[in-house]
Amino acid sequence: MTTTESPHLTDEGAQEMAPRILAGGTEVLREVGSVLRISEAEAAEDAPVDAETTIINMGPQHPSTHGVLRLMLELDGETVLRTKPVIGYLHTGMEKTAETLTYLQGGTNVTRMDYASPIFNELAFCLSAEQLLGLELPPRATWIRMLMSELNRLTSHFLFLATNGMDLGSTSMMIYGWREREEGLRILEMITGLRMNHNFIRVGGTAADLPDGWQARLTEYLDSIPERLEEYEVLMTNQPIWRERLQGVGSITTEEAIALGATGPILRSTGYAWDLRRDMPYLAYDQVDFDVIVGSYGDCFDRYAIRLNEVRESVKILRQCIDMMPAGDYRIQDKKVTPPPRARIDESMEALIHHFKLFTEGFKVPEGDAYAAVESPRGELGVYLVSDGSAKPYRMHVRGPSFVNLQVLPHLMHGGLIADAVAIISSVDPIMGEVDR
Amino acid sequence: MSETTTATDEPVAPEPTPEPELLHGAPVVRVRGQQVVHAGREELVALVRTLRDEGWIQCLDVTGVDYLAHPHADVPAGIQAERFEVVVILMSHHARERLRIRVQVPETDPVVPTLFEVHPGTEGMEREVFDMFGISFDGHPDLTRILMPEDWEGHPLRKDYGIGRIPVQFKDAPDA
Repeated sequence: MTTTESPHLTDEGAQEMAPRILAGGTEVLREVGSVLRISEAEAAEDAPVDAETTIINMGPQHPSTHGVLRLMLELDGETVLRTKPVIGYLHTGMEKTAETLTYLQGGTNVTRMDYASPIFNELAFCLSAEQLLGLELPPRATWIRMLMSELNRLTSHFLFLATNGMDLGSTSMMIYGWREREEGLRILEMITGLRMNHNFIRVGGTAADLPDGWQARLTEYLDSIPERLEEYEVLMTNQPIWRERLQGVGSITTEEAIALGATGPILRSTGYAWDLRRDMPYLAYDQVDFDVIVGSYGDCFDRYAIRLNEVRESVKILRQCIDMMPAGDYRIQDKKVTPPPRARIDESMEALIHHFKLFTEGFKVPEGDAYAAVESPRGELGVYLVSDGSAKPYRMHVRGPSFVNLQVLPHLMHGGLIADAVAIISSVDPIMGEVDR
Repeated sequence: MSETTTATDEPVAPEPTPEPELLHGAPVVRVRGQQVVHAGREELVALVRTLRDEGWIQCLDVTGVDYLAHPHADVPAGIQAERFEVVVILMSHHARERLRIRVQVPETDPVVPTLFEVHPGTEGMEREVFDMFGISFDGHPDLTRILMPEDWEGHPLRKDYGIGRIPVQFKDAPDA
């Protein structure tokens, strides 16, 4: 093609390309059109004999759909054209349930949403409620929360590494990932009393202080992780089959990811450094030193590598938590919000009444609405709370990162092979409890 | 902000409202450090499109609230409070800030224009609001139920939807 002096000049004047602003992904997505939008009934109809495409169903009982995700795939031979994620199989109306629970009970409800990273759910819920209450937490409470978050991020990413390995046929990776995750869960159990569904982070602080000897136990765990990660590198990262299965599979651009509302490792895999911990710091993340891991191609391999390296960053943060953990109270001493210390109940009638009131009626939260978000292992986890001034939320909405990230799936699948579908689902790392709520 | 002013021993002024700040014609208030814009249904899409071009490039969330049992939603003067509200949360990575848009939706005509053309990521969120509240999104490409079964009746997150009132539905169960 020869270049002319003014290529944009036509009879109708200058024809310039619209500036490709960041949100230009919208147009790209529309042109590609990878979302399948047909109803159940339409899909069930018999296809004409000469149809060039087939619609097949995957899930909800498929072992690689991470729970109960169901996909309707439109195939041309082995190539995936359009995809429709069908969700709702795990919908239990948790947002409705939240309206009948007090703020103290609310933690037990939200913790069951993203069951692989329960601490983050509790944290976002409590941050939102604390915003309405206008509470300022003691530093130790903040740091315990940060420590718990990062520990939970470790276990969540190990779960991803395990299932990602399993989905791609590396069963030894599954066992390794599970082994590391269990060790992390044992520490969580030591601190909170439960492996999962902790309800440990409460409005006004945490449920309890860290137990004796937590530093030694945690240090021992952290010391074991680097060499385990080296094993993973040998087993997977540097292995040709692994790279072949993931590199260039299911790629997405920054513009598309932003237009689709994707956050977390999916957005970062496109080379876009956006991490709430660094960019909009909550808790005490502005006082610790860590790196935001970004990819460059937005493919499955980048998403795998990001999570693997985020484990290293979390270890870094956890070591700083051990060194810098401030002394002090693990919850705010506000008798209207947090229960009095156990010893006070025996000697003070007032403390007893407060304790009783808190656990029967709960505490009242001022009218208004608030949105607080944290960087969960899957992206921005936000809780939108509306309070009518009573002891129960008037409305609670959870912006689940998995729910939004799932919309990226059809675009990742488009044009790929059906055999890669499992790798792509796995790399999005959806947790269906959070998608369906 | 209002807490600090009422805490002083000055005579309590009835909500010190400085002249309402406007953002592209829609009143803006700051609630607990977060920017909240109260926009009308008609100007919503144009507003979100303008904001997108100004750097609010990501739409994080679209959700709904049913104010049936809590009629005094805190809306600034000049905005008619309605039963439903659609809440849109936008993010500016450059300003490192979130922006919340609250849109009042009347009970008699629960329709809001879709944001799909501006932010395709709102597709699933708008389906969820439709499913849970029965608010329609005009122009949405596939406005069907997303969490509840396709043949479900009612919208569960509405305040007049009874809890535990609906018997468990079994698909294709033979009539006894």
